[in-house]
Amino acid sequence: MIEVCNITKRYGHLTAIDRVTFRVEKGEVLAFLGPNGAGKTTTMRILTSFIPATEGTAQVAGFDCAEQPEEVKKRIGYLPETPPVYQELTVAEYLSFVGKLRGLAGTGLTQALDRVIERLSLGSVRKRLIANLSRGYRQRVGLAQALIHDPPVLILDEPTVGLDPKQIIEIRELIKSLAGSHSVILSTHILPEATAVCQRVVIINGGRIVAEDTPDQLSARLRKSEKISVTLKAPPADVVERFSAVPGVEHVLATADPQTVLIECALGKDIREEVARFAVGQNWGLLEMKPVSMTLEDVFLKLTQREDEVPASNAIHVGERS
Amino acid sequence: MPPVQAIIAKELRSYFVSPIVYVVGAVFLLTFGFLAYLYIVFTGAQAIQLMQMQGSTAQINLNDLVFRNLFASMRFVLLLILPILTMRLLAEERKLRTFEFLMTAPVRINEIIVGKFISVYLVFVGMLLLTTLVPLTLALFSDFDWYPVLTGYLGLLLLGGFFLAVGLFASSITENQIVAAFTSFGLLLMCWLLAGLGSLLGDTPAGHVISYLSFMEHYDHLVRGLIDTKDLMYYLSGTVLMLFLAHRIVDASRWK
Repeated sequence: MIEVCNITKRYGHLTAIDRVTFRVEKGEVLAFLGPNGAGKTTTMRILTSFIPATEGTAQVAGFDCAEQPEEVKKRIGYLPETPPVYQELTVAEYLSFVGKLRGLAGTGLTQALDRVIERLSLGSVRKRLIANLSRGYRQRVGLAQALIHDPPVLILDEPTVGLDPKQIIEIRELIKSLAGSHSVILSTHILPEATAVCQRVVIINGGRIVAEDTPDQLSARLRKSEKISVTLKAPPADVVERFSAVPGVEHVLATADPQTVLIECALGKDIREEVARFAVGQNWGLLEMKPVSMTLEDVFLKLTQREDEVPASNAIHVGERS
Repeated sequence: MPPVQAIIAKELRSYFVSPIVYVVGAVFLLTFGFLAYLYIVFTGAQAIQLMQMQGSTAQINLNDLVFRNLFASMRFVLLLILPILTMRLLAEERKLRTFEFLMTAPVRINEIIVGKFISVYLVFVGMLLLTTLVPLTLALFSDFDWYPVLTGYLGLLLLGGFFLAVGLFASSITENQIVAAFTSFGLLLMCWLLAGLGSLLGDTPAGHVISYLSFMEHYDHLVRGLIDTKDLMYYLSGTVLMLFLAHRIVDASRWK
Protein backbone atom coordinates (compact mmCIF):
# COMPACT_ATOMS: atom_id res chain seq x y z
CA MET A 1 0.00 0.00 0.00
CA ILE A 2 2.82 2.34 0.86
CA GLU A 3 6.21 1.93 -0.67
CA VAL A 4 9.08 4.19 0.20
CA CYS A 5 12.29 3.66 -1.67
CA ASN A 6 15.52 5.40 -0.73
CA ILE A 7 14.04 8.81 -0.05
CA THR A 8 16.37 11.57 1.03
CA LYS A 9 15.33 15.07 2.01
CA ARG A 10 17.86 17.87 2.34
CA TYR A 11 17.25 21.38 3.56
CA GLY A 12 20.33 23.19 2.36
CA HIS A 13 23.21 21.41 4.08
CA LEU A 14 20.97 19.73 6.60
CA THR A 15 19.91 16.19 5.74
CA ALA A 16 16.57 15.59 7.41
CA ILE A 17 16.18 12.03 6.20
CA ASP A 18 18.75 9.87 4.54
CA ARG A 19 17.89 6.98 2.18
CA VAL A 20 14.81 5.84 4.06
CA THR A 21 13.22 2.68 2.70
CA PHE A 22 10.24 0.78 4.06
CA ARG A 23 6.86 -0.56 3.01
CA VAL A 24 3.47 -0.96 4.58
CA GLU A 25 1.15 -3.73 3.48
CA LYS A 26 -2.59 -3.38 3.14
CA GLY A 27 -4.28 -3.42 6.54
CA GLU A 28 -1.05 -3.15 8.46
CA VAL A 29 -0.34 -0.73 11.29
CA LEU A 30 3.24 0.48 11.31
CA ALA A 31 4.83 2.51 14.06
CA PHE A 32 7.37 5.08 13.14
CA LEU A 33 9.43 5.39 16.25
CA GLY A 34 12.15 7.87 16.91
CA PRO A 35 13.26 10.69 19.14
CA ASN A 36 12.18 14.24 18.35
CA GLY A 37 13.88 15.56 15.26
CA ALA A 38 14.59 12.11 13.84
CA GLY A 39 12.82 12.81 10.57
CA LYS A 40 9.41 11.29 11.29
CA THR A 41 7.41 14.36 10.33
CA THR A 42 9.52 14.98 7.23
CA THR A 43 8.87 11.42 6.02
CA MET A 44 5.16 11.84 6.63
CA ARG A 45 5.07 15.13 4.79
CA ILE A 46 6.68 13.49 1.78
CA LEU A 47 4.15 10.66 1.88
CA THR A 48 1.26 13.12 1.96
CA SER A 49 2.68 14.98 -1.07
CA PHE A 50 3.06 18.11 1.04
CA ILE A 51 6.77 18.40 0.31
CA PRO A 52 8.77 16.65 -2.39
CA ALA A 53 11.70 14.37 -1.60
CA THR A 54 15.14 15.47 -2.76
CA GLU A 55 15.90 11.96 -3.96
CA GLY A 56 14.13 8.63 -4.11
CA THR A 57 10.52 7.70 -4.69
CA ALA A 58 7.51 7.27 -2.46
CA GLN A 59 4.33 5.56 -3.58
CA VAL A 60 0.93 5.38 -1.99
CA ALA A 61 -1.58 2.87 -3.40
CA GLY A 62 0.52 2.67 -6.54
CA PHE A 63 0.62 6.43 -7.15
CA ASP A 64 3.82 8.41 -6.98
CA CYS A 65 3.73 11.09 -4.27
CA ALA A 66 5.66 13.60 -6.36
CA GLU A 67 4.19 12.87 -9.81
CA GLN A 68 0.52 12.25 -8.98
CA PRO A 69 -0.13 14.22 -5.80
CA GLU A 70 -3.86 14.54 -6.47
CA GLU A 71 -4.38 10.79 -6.61
CA VAL A 72 -2.26 10.32 -3.50
CA LYS A 73 -4.06 13.03 -1.52
CA LYS A 74 -7.45 11.48 -2.31
CA ARG A 75 -6.39 8.18 -0.74
CA ILE A 76 -4.78 9.53 2.40
CA GLY A 77 -6.17 10.71 5.68
CA TYR A 78 -3.57 12.80 7.45
CA LEU A 79 -3.41 14.04 10.99
CA PRO A 80 -0.49 16.47 11.38
CA GLU A 81 1.21 17.04 14.70
CA THR A 82 -1.06 19.99 15.53
CA PRO A 83 -4.69 19.14 14.78
CA PRO A 84 -5.55 21.33 11.77
CA VAL A 85 -8.79 22.81 13.04
CA TYR A 86 -10.48 26.14 12.43
CA GLN A 87 -11.35 27.54 15.81
CA GLU A 88 -14.20 29.72 14.59
CA LEU A 89 -16.20 26.79 13.24
CA THR A 90 -18.30 24.26 15.11
CA VAL A 91 -17.28 20.61 15.02
CA ALA A 92 -20.04 19.74 12.54
CA GLU A 93 -19.27 22.74 10.32
CA TYR A 94 -15.59 21.93 10.28
CA LEU A 95 -16.08 18.27 9.47
CA SER A 96 -18.57 19.04 6.75
CA PHE A 97 -16.08 21.55 5.26
CA VAL A 98 -13.42 18.83 5.23
CA GLY A 99 -15.89 16.39 3.69
CA LYS A 100 -16.73 18.85 0.91
CA LEU A 101 -13.04 19.42 0.18
CA ARG A 102 -12.79 15.65 -0.03
CA GLY A 103 -15.52 15.61 -2.66
CA LEU A 104 -18.35 14.35 -0.47
CA ALA A 105 -21.81 15.88 -0.92
CA GLY A 106 -25.46 15.36 -0.11
CA THR A 107 -26.43 12.19 1.74
CA GLY A 108 -22.91 10.77 1.35
CA LEU A 109 -21.61 13.72 3.33
CA THR A 110 -24.29 13.46 6.02
CA GLN A 111 -23.65 9.76 6.46
CA ALA A 112 -19.87 10.20 6.62
CA LEU A 113 -20.33 12.98 9.16
CA ASP A 114 -22.58 10.88 11.39
CA ARG A 115 -20.21 7.93 11.09
CA VAL A 116 -17.07 9.77 12.24
CA ILE A 117 -18.92 11.70 14.91
CA GLU A 118 -20.14 8.44 16.35
CA ARG A 119 -16.85 6.64 15.94
CA LEU A 120 -14.94 9.33 17.82
CA SER A 121 -17.75 10.02 20.31
CA LEU A 122 -18.04 13.64 19.29
CA GLY A 123 -21.84 13.69 19.49
CA SER A 124 -21.94 15.80 22.63
CA VAL A 125 -19.75 18.54 21.15
CA ARG A 126 -21.16 18.45 17.63
CA LYS A 127 -22.51 22.00 17.76
CA ARG A 128 -19.75 23.50 19.92
CA LEU A 129 -17.16 25.90 18.56
CA ILE A 130 -13.78 24.21 18.23
CA ALA A 131 -12.20 27.17 20.02
CA ASN A 132 -14.02 26.09 23.19
CA LEU A 133 -12.98 22.44 23.05
CA SER A 134 -10.36 20.79 25.23
CA ARG A 135 -7.11 19.52 23.78
CA GLY A 136 -8.37 15.93 23.82
CA TYR A 137 -11.50 16.79 21.88
CA ARG A 138 -9.53 18.81 19.35
CA GLN A 139 -7.26 15.85 18.78
CA ARG A 140 -10.31 13.68 18.21
CA VAL A 141 -11.75 16.24 15.80
CA GLY A 142 -8.40 16.11 14.01
CA LEU A 143 -8.68 12.33 13.77
CA ALA A 144 -12.28 12.59 12.58
CA GLN A 145 -11.02 14.91 9.86
CA ALA A 146 -8.54 12.27 8.72
CA LEU A 147 -11.20 9.54 8.70
CA ILE A 148 -14.17 11.31 7.17
CA HIS A 149 -13.62 10.06 3.63
CA ASP A 150 -12.73 6.55 4.84
CA PRO A 151 -9.29 6.58 3.19
CA PRO A 152 -7.37 3.36 2.60
CA VAL A 153 -4.22 4.95 4.03
CA LEU A 154 -3.96 6.85 7.29
CA ILE A 155 -0.95 8.86 8.33
CA LEU A 156 -1.04 9.96 11.93
CA ASP A 157 1.68 12.18 13.35
CA GLU A 158 1.82 11.61 17.10
CA PRO A 159 -1.92 11.04 17.48
CA THR A 160 -1.92 10.64 21.27
CA VAL A 161 0.25 13.59 22.20
CA GLY A 162 -1.31 15.77 24.88
CA LEU A 163 -4.12 13.40 25.76
CA ASP A 164 -4.95 12.02 29.18
CA PRO A 165 -4.45 8.28 29.82
CA LYS A 166 -8.08 7.39 29.29
CA GLN A 167 -8.19 9.22 25.98
CA ILE A 168 -4.91 7.63 24.94
CA ILE A 169 -6.42 4.18 25.46
CA GLU A 170 -9.49 5.16 23.47
CA ILE A 171 -7.45 6.45 20.55
CA ARG A 172 -5.26 3.34 20.59
CA GLU A 173 -8.33 1.12 20.54
CA LEU A 174 -9.62 3.13 17.61
CA ILE A 175 -6.35 2.75 15.70
CA LYS A 176 -6.33 -0.98 16.42
CA SER A 177 -9.85 -1.23 15.07
CA LEU A 178 -8.67 0.39 11.84
CA ALA A 179 -6.12 -2.35 11.23
CA GLY A 180 -7.18 -4.83 8.60
CA SER A 181 -9.25 -2.41 6.57
CA HIS A 182 -6.79 0.50 6.57
CA SER A 183 -3.05 0.82 6.28
CA VAL A 184 -1.84 3.04 9.05
CA ILE A 185 1.46 4.76 9.69
CA LEU A 186 1.71 6.19 13.13
CA SER A 187 4.61 8.21 14.40
CA THR A 188 5.41 8.32 18.05
CA HIS A 189 8.21 8.71 20.50
CA ILE A 190 6.31 6.79 23.12
CA LEU A 191 7.39 3.16 23.12
CA PRO A 192 4.46 1.41 24.78
CA GLU A 193 2.31 2.95 22.11
CA ALA A 194 4.25 1.20 19.39
CA THR A 195 3.98 -2.17 21.15
CA ALA A 196 0.34 -1.63 22.02
CA VAL A 197 -1.07 -0.89 18.59
CA CYS A 198 1.42 -1.80 15.89
CA GLN A 199 2.31 -4.97 14.10
CA ARG A 200 5.59 -3.60 12.93
CA VAL A 201 7.99 -0.96 14.17
CA VAL A 202 10.41 1.15 12.18
CA ILE A 203 12.94 2.90 14.35
CA ILE A 204 14.36 6.04 12.85
CA ASN A 205 17.15 8.15 14.24
CA GLY A 206 19.12 11.02 12.76
CA GLY A 207 17.20 10.59 9.52
CA ARG A 208 18.13 6.95 9.05
CA ILE A 209 16.23 3.77 9.68
CA VAL A 210 18.12 1.88 12.36
CA ALA A 211 15.81 -1.09 12.81
CA GLU A 212 12.63 -2.55 11.42
CA ASP A 213 10.79 -5.56 12.82
CA THR A 214 7.90 -6.71 14.96
CA PRO A 215 8.05 -5.43 18.54
CA ASP A 216 8.74 -8.95 19.90
CA GLN A 217 11.52 -9.75 17.51
CA LEU A 218 13.14 -6.40 18.04
CA SER A 219 13.59 -7.06 21.73
CA ALA A 220 14.66 -10.64 21.11
CA ARG A 221 17.22 -9.57 18.54
CA LEU A 222 18.83 -7.21 20.93
CA ARG A 223 18.89 -9.52 23.86
CA LYS A 224 22.25 -11.11 23.18
CA SER A 225 22.54 -12.45 26.73
CA GLU A 226 20.33 -13.30 29.68
CA LYS A 227 20.61 -10.86 32.53
CA ILE A 228 19.87 -11.31 36.20
CA SER A 229 19.71 -8.47 38.65
CA VAL A 230 20.89 -9.44 42.15
CA THR A 231 20.38 -7.29 45.23
CA LEU A 232 22.50 -8.07 48.30
CA LYS A 233 22.26 -6.81 51.83
CA ALA A 234 26.01 -6.64 52.45
CA PRO A 235 28.02 -6.95 49.27
CA PRO A 236 31.82 -6.87 49.63
CA ALA A 237 33.77 -4.20 47.76
CA ASP A 238 35.00 -6.71 45.20
CA VAL A 239 31.56 -8.22 44.55
CA VAL A 240 31.98 -7.86 40.81
CA GLU A 241 35.18 -9.92 40.68
CA ARG A 242 33.82 -12.51 43.12
CA PHE A 243 30.69 -13.14 41.05
CA SER A 244 32.74 -13.39 37.88
CA ALA A 245 34.31 -16.55 39.26
CA VAL A 246 30.96 -18.37 39.35
CA PRO A 247 30.81 -20.90 36.49
CA GLY A 248 28.56 -19.79 33.62
CA VAL A 249 28.78 -16.08 34.40
CA GLU A 250 30.06 -14.07 31.49
CA HIS A 251 29.87 -10.50 32.75
CA VAL A 252 29.12 -8.75 35.96
CA LEU A 253 28.11 -5.14 35.88
CA ALA A 254 27.86 -2.72 38.74
CA THR A 255 24.77 -0.53 38.67
CA ALA A 256 23.87 2.86 40.05
CA ASP A 257 22.74 1.17 43.26
CA PRO A 258 25.82 -0.20 45.15
CA GLN A 259 23.80 -3.10 46.53
CA THR A 260 22.69 -4.31 43.12
CA VAL A 261 24.74 -6.00 40.44
CA LEU A 262 23.80 -7.24 37.03
CA ILE A 263 24.95 -10.68 36.02
CA GLU A 264 25.02 -11.80 32.41
CA CYS A 265 25.24 -15.32 31.04
CA ALA A 266 24.94 -16.89 27.61
CA LEU A 267 21.57 -16.73 25.90
CA GLY A 268 19.30 -19.64 26.81
CA LYS A 269 21.13 -20.62 29.98
CA ASP A 270 19.73 -20.28 33.47
CA ILE A 271 22.34 -19.76 36.18
CA ARG A 272 20.05 -18.42 38.87
CA GLU A 273 20.54 -21.49 41.06
CA GLU A 274 24.33 -21.26 40.97
CA VAL A 275 24.29 -17.55 41.64
CA ALA A 276 21.89 -17.93 44.55
CA ARG A 277 23.87 -20.79 46.09
CA PHE A 278 27.08 -18.78 45.78
CA ALA A 279 25.64 -15.61 47.33
CA VAL A 280 24.09 -17.51 50.22
CA GLY A 281 27.32 -19.48 50.73
CA GLN A 282 29.24 -16.22 51.02
CA ASN A 283 26.69 -14.94 53.52
CA TRP A 284 26.07 -11.66 51.63
CA GLY A 285 22.40 -11.55 52.46
CA LEU A 286 20.58 -12.26 49.22
CA LEU A 287 17.59 -9.90 49.18
CA GLU A 288 16.33 -10.16 45.66
CA MET A 289 17.08 -11.82 42.38
CA LYS A 290 15.16 -11.33 39.14
CA PRO A 291 15.70 -11.84 35.44
CA VAL A 292 15.92 -8.64 33.40
CA SER A 293 14.37 -8.75 29.99
CA MET A 294 14.96 -5.94 27.62
CA THR A 295 11.91 -3.83 27.02
CA LEU A 296 11.35 -2.11 23.73
CA GLU A 297 12.35 1.04 25.52
CA ASP A 298 15.83 -0.37 26.03
CA VAL A 299 15.93 -1.45 22.42
CA PHE A 300 14.98 2.02 21.42
CA LEU A 301 17.61 3.65 23.59
CA LYS A 302 20.22 1.20 22.48
CA LEU A 303 19.48 1.70 18.81
CA THR A 304 19.15 5.43 18.85
CA GLN A 305 22.18 6.23 20.95
CA ARG A 306 25.67 5.74 19.68
CA GLU A 307 27.70 3.06 21.42
CA ASP A 308 30.16 5.50 22.91
CA GLU A 309 27.36 7.47 24.52
CA VAL A 310 26.21 4.44 26.49
CA PRO A 311 28.79 3.12 28.95
CA ALA A 312 28.06 -0.54 29.57
CA SER A 313 27.38 -0.06 33.25
CA ASN A 314 24.75 2.56 32.56
CA ALA A 315 23.04 0.76 29.77
CA ILE A 316 20.39 -0.56 32.07
CA HIS A 317 19.31 1.05 35.28
CA VAL A 318 17.67 -1.75 37.12
CA GLY A 319 14.68 -0.75 39.13
CA GLU A 320 13.93 2.46 37.31
CA ARG A 321 12.37 0.73 34.42
CA SER A 322 10.83 -2.44 35.77
CA MET B 1 -15.59 23.25 -8.82
CA PRO B 2 -17.15 22.10 -5.53
CA PRO B 3 -13.95 22.60 -3.46
CA VAL B 4 -13.96 26.28 -4.41
CA GLN B 5 -17.55 26.60 -3.20
CA ALA B 6 -16.65 24.87 0.05
CA ILE B 7 -13.72 27.25 0.55
CA ILE B 8 -15.85 30.31 -0.21
CA ALA B 9 -18.54 29.19 2.22
CA LYS B 10 -15.99 28.46 4.93
CA GLU B 11 -14.16 31.77 4.47
CA LEU B 12 -17.38 33.76 4.56
CA ARG B 13 -18.35 31.95 7.73
CA SER B 14 -14.94 32.74 9.25
CA TYR B 15 -15.30 36.40 8.29
CA PHE B 16 -18.71 36.80 9.82
CA VAL B 17 -17.99 35.07 13.10
CA SER B 18 -14.95 37.27 13.66
CA PRO B 19 -15.33 40.93 14.49
CA ILE B 20 -13.11 41.99 11.56
CA VAL B 21 -15.87 42.29 8.98
CA TYR B 22 -18.10 44.27 11.31
CA VAL B 23 -15.37 46.70 12.32
CA VAL B 24 -14.01 47.14 8.80
CA GLY B 25 -17.51 47.38 7.36
CA ALA B 26 -18.57 49.94 9.95
CA VAL B 27 -15.49 52.10 9.37
CA PHE B 28 -15.93 51.87 5.62
CA LEU B 29 -19.61 52.78 5.66
CA LEU B 30 -19.15 55.57 8.19
CA THR B 31 -16.34 57.07 6.14
CA PHE B 32 -18.35 56.78 2.96
CA GLY B 33 -21.41 58.35 4.55
CA PHE B 34 -19.48 61.08 6.28
CA LEU B 35 -17.53 62.03 3.16
CA ALA B 36 -20.77 62.06 1.15
CA TYR B 37 -22.36 64.27 3.80
CA LEU B 38 -19.42 66.71 3.72
CA TYR B 39 -19.47 67.01 -0.06
CA ILE B 40 -23.24 67.45 -0.15
CA VAL B 41 -23.20 70.16 2.51
CA PHE B 42 -20.31 71.86 0.74
CA THR B 43 -22.24 71.71 -2.55
CA GLY B 44 -25.29 73.15 -0.80
CA ALA B 45 -23.26 76.05 0.54
CA GLN B 46 -21.93 76.73 -2.94
CA ALA B 47 -25.45 76.61 -4.34
CA ILE B 48 -26.64 79.23 -1.84
CA GLN B 49 -23.68 81.43 -2.72
CA LEU B 50 -24.43 81.13 -6.42
CA MET B 51 -28.11 81.89 -5.81
CA GLN B 52 -27.21 85.09 -4.02
CA MET B 53 -24.67 86.22 -6.62
CA GLN B 54 -26.28 85.10 -9.87
CA GLY B 55 -29.81 84.14 -8.95
CA SER B 56 -29.48 80.67 -10.45
CA THR B 57 -27.93 77.29 -9.57
CA ALA B 58 -27.63 76.01 -13.12
CA GLN B 59 -23.88 75.48 -12.83
CA ILE B 60 -24.17 73.24 -9.80
CA ASN B 61 -23.52 69.69 -10.82
CA LEU B 62 -23.82 66.92 -8.24
CA ASN B 63 -21.76 64.56 -10.39
CA ASP B 64 -18.78 66.87 -10.35
CA LEU B 65 -19.12 68.27 -6.86
CA VAL B 66 -20.25 65.21 -4.91
CA PHE B 67 -19.59 61.95 -6.69
CA ARG B 68 -16.28 62.70 -8.32
CA ASN B 69 -14.87 63.93 -5.03
CA LEU B 70 -16.42 61.09 -3.12
CA PHE B 71 -15.03 58.39 -5.41
CA ALA B 72 -11.64 60.09 -5.48
CA SER B 73 -11.50 60.05 -1.68
CA MET B 74 -12.68 56.46 -1.47
CA ARG B 75 -9.57 55.04 -3.12
CA PHE B 76 -7.56 56.23 -0.14
CA VAL B 77 -10.11 54.73 2.24
CA LEU B 78 -9.95 51.43 0.36
CA LEU B 79 -6.17 51.46 0.54
CA LEU B 80 -6.37 51.72 4.31
CA ILE B 81 -9.19 49.29 4.83
CA LEU B 82 -8.89 46.41 2.39
CA PRO B 83 -5.49 45.13 3.61
CA ILE B 84 -7.15 44.54 6.98
CA LEU B 85 -9.69 42.28 5.30
CA THR B 86 -7.11 40.29 3.38
CA MET B 87 -4.33 40.01 5.95
CA ARG B 88 -5.69 36.86 7.57
CA LEU B 89 -6.45 34.91 4.41
CA LEU B 90 -3.25 32.86 4.11
CA ALA B 91 -1.13 34.14 7.01
CA GLU B 92 -3.61 32.74 9.52
CA GLU B 93 -3.57 29.32 7.85
CA ARG B 94 0.17 29.19 8.32
CA LYS B 95 0.06 30.42 11.88
CA LEU B 96 -2.60 27.94 12.96
CA ARG B 97 -1.04 25.05 11.03
CA THR B 98 -4.11 24.51 8.91
CA PHE B 99 -2.01 25.33 5.86
CA GLU B 100 -0.57 21.82 5.83
CA PHE B 101 -4.09 20.43 6.00
CA LEU B 102 -5.20 22.48 2.98
CA MET B 103 -2.11 21.48 1.05
CA THR B 104 -2.65 17.78 1.73
CA ALA B 105 -6.35 17.87 0.90
CA PRO B 106 -7.17 16.98 -2.72
CA VAL B 107 -7.55 20.65 -3.64
CA ARG B 108 -5.42 22.52 -6.15
CA ILE B 109 -3.57 25.61 -5.07
CA ASN B 110 -5.41 27.74 -7.61
CA GLU B 111 -8.71 26.55 -6.14
CA ILE B 112 -7.54 27.70 -2.70
CA ILE B 113 -6.39 31.09 -4.01
CA VAL B 114 -9.48 31.67 -6.14
CA GLY B 115 -11.82 30.55 -3.34
CA LYS B 116 -10.21 32.88 -0.85
CA PHE B 117 -10.18 35.77 -3.29
CA ILE B 118 -13.83 35.35 -4.22
CA SER B 119 -14.87 35.17 -0.58
CA VAL B 120 -13.15 38.41 0.37
CA TYR B 121 -14.39 40.01 -2.84
CA LEU B 122 -17.95 39.10 -1.92
CA VAL B 123 -17.49 40.76 1.46
CA PHE B 124 -16.22 43.87 -0.31
CA VAL B 125 -19.11 43.86 -2.82
CA GLY B 126 -21.52 43.56 0.09
CA MET B 127 -20.00 46.65 1.68
CA LEU B 128 -20.22 48.54 -1.60
CA LEU B 129 -23.87 47.55 -2.05
CA LEU B 130 -24.69 49.16 1.27
CA THR B 131 -23.08 52.42 0.12
CA THR B 132 -25.55 52.64 -2.77
CA LEU B 133 -27.98 54.02 -0.18
CA VAL B 134 -26.17 57.34 -0.63
CA PRO B 135 -26.85 57.86 -4.37
CA LEU B 136 -30.30 56.28 -4.01
CA THR B 137 -31.31 58.74 -1.28
CA LEU B 138 -29.75 61.60 -3.17
CA ALA B 139 -31.74 60.67 -6.27
CA LEU B 140 -34.96 61.25 -4.32
CA PHE B 141 -34.15 64.90 -3.77
CA SER B 142 -32.03 65.92 -6.70
CA ASP B 143 -31.13 65.36 -10.27
CA PHE B 144 -27.86 63.90 -11.45
CA ASP B 145 -26.48 61.77 -14.18
CA TRP B 146 -26.43 58.10 -13.14
CA TYR B 147 -23.92 57.03 -15.79
CA PRO B 148 -20.75 58.44 -14.18
CA VAL B 149 -21.95 57.18 -10.80
CA LEU B 150 -22.21 53.67 -12.17
CA THR B 151 -18.81 53.85 -13.85
CA GLY B 152 -17.49 55.19 -10.54
CA TYR B 153 -18.83 52.07 -8.85
CA LEU B 154 -17.28 49.98 -11.61
CA GLY B 155 -14.02 51.78 -10.81
CA LEU B 156 -14.38 50.93 -7.11
CA LEU B 157 -15.13 47.29 -7.95
CA LEU B 158 -12.05 47.03 -10.17
CA LEU B 159 -9.78 48.98 -7.85
CA GLY B 160 -11.02 46.98 -4.87
CA GLY B 161 -10.35 43.70 -6.69
CA PHE B 162 -6.81 44.80 -7.42
CA PHE B 163 -6.23 45.92 -3.81
CA LEU B 164 -7.61 42.64 -2.48
CA ALA B 165 -5.37 40.64 -4.82
CA VAL B 166 -2.35 42.62 -3.62
CA GLY B 167 -3.48 41.93 -0.04
CA LEU B 168 -3.88 38.21 -0.72
CA PHE B 169 -0.39 38.13 -2.19
CA ALA B 170 0.99 39.94 0.87
CA SER B 171 -0.78 37.44 3.09
CA SER B 172 0.85 34.54 1.24
CA ILE B 173 4.40 35.57 2.08
CA THR B 174 4.20 35.58 5.86
CA GLU B 175 2.50 33.94 8.81
CA ASN B 176 2.22 37.27 10.62
CA GLN B 177 -0.99 39.13 9.86
CA ILE B 178 0.43 42.54 10.81
CA VAL B 179 3.31 42.01 8.41
CA ALA B 180 0.83 40.98 5.73
CA ALA B 181 -1.26 44.13 6.26
CA PHE B 182 1.76 46.42 6.19
CA THR B 183 3.20 44.74 3.13
CA SER B 184 0.01 45.43 1.24
CA PHE B 185 -0.10 49.04 2.51
CA GLY B 186 3.48 49.46 1.34
CA LEU B 187 2.90 47.91 -2.08
CA LEU B 188 -0.25 49.95 -2.68
CA LEU B 189 1.34 53.21 -1.53
CA MET B 190 4.32 52.63 -3.81
CA CYS B 191 1.95 51.93 -6.64
CA TRP B 192 0.13 55.18 -5.83
CA LEU B 193 3.33 57.21 -5.67
CA LEU B 194 4.26 55.97 -9.12
CA ALA B 195 1.66 58.43 -10.37
CA GLY B 196 3.65 61.28 -8.79
CA LEU B 197 6.85 60.05 -10.39
CA GLY B 198 5.03 59.73 -13.69
CA SER B 199 3.81 63.31 -13.67
CA LEU B 200 7.27 64.48 -12.61
CA LEU B 201 8.72 62.87 -15.72
CA GLY B 202 5.93 64.47 -17.71
CA ASP B 203 5.33 63.86 -21.36
CA THR B 204 8.20 61.44 -21.93
CA PRO B 205 7.94 57.71 -22.80
CA ALA B 206 9.19 56.80 -19.32
CA GLY B 207 6.65 59.18 -17.79
CA HIS B 208 3.80 57.57 -19.72
CA VAL B 209 4.85 54.05 -18.79
CA ILE B 210 5.19 54.91 -15.12
CA SER B 211 1.89 56.75 -15.00
CA TYR B 212 0.25 53.80 -16.69
CA LEU B 213 1.56 51.47 -13.99
CA SER B 214 -0.10 53.45 -11.21
CA PHE B 215 -3.76 52.74 -10.49
CA MET B 216 -4.57 56.48 -10.19
CA GLU B 217 -5.03 57.52 -13.80
CA HIS B 218 -7.16 54.52 -14.72
CA TYR B 219 -9.48 55.09 -11.81
CA ASP B 220 -9.85 58.79 -12.68
CA HIS B 221 -11.07 57.87 -16.16
CA LEU B 222 -13.76 55.62 -14.75
CA VAL B 223 -14.86 58.18 -12.18
CA ARG B 224 -15.25 60.71 -14.97
CA GLY B 225 -17.46 58.28 -16.82
CA LEU B 226 -14.96 57.04 -19.39
CA ILE B 227 -14.87 53.31 -19.92
CA ASP B 228 -11.67 52.42 -21.71
CA THR B 229 -10.61 48.82 -22.33
CA LYS B 230 -7.08 49.87 -21.46
CA ASP B 231 -8.18 50.75 -17.93
CA LEU B 232 -10.26 47.60 -17.53
CA MET B 233 -7.30 45.54 -18.72
CA TYR B 234 -5.02 47.30 -16.27
CA TYR B 235 -7.09 46.27 -13.26
CA LEU B 236 -7.95 42.80 -14.47
CA SER B 237 -4.39 41.94 -15.45
CA GLY B 238 -3.04 43.47 -12.22
CA THR B 239 -5.47 41.37 -10.19
CA VAL B 240 -4.64 38.19 -12.07
CA LEU B 241 -0.91 38.89 -11.78
CA MET B 242 -1.11 39.30 -8.00
CA LEU B 243 -3.18 36.14 -7.64
CA PHE B 244 -0.68 34.30 -9.81
CA LEU B 245 2.19 35.53 -7.62
CA ALA B 246 0.32 34.36 -4.51
CA HIS B 247 -0.09 30.98 -6.18
CA ARG B 248 3.65 30.81 -6.89
CA ILE B 249 4.53 31.74 -3.30
CA VAL B 250 2.20 29.10 -1.87
CA ASP B 251 3.56 26.48 -4.24
CA ALA B 252 7.16 27.45 -3.49
CA SER B 253 6.62 27.22 0.26
CA ARG B 254 6.52 23.44 -0.16
CA TRP B 255 10.05 23.43 -1.52
CA LYS B 256 11.84 25.46 1.08
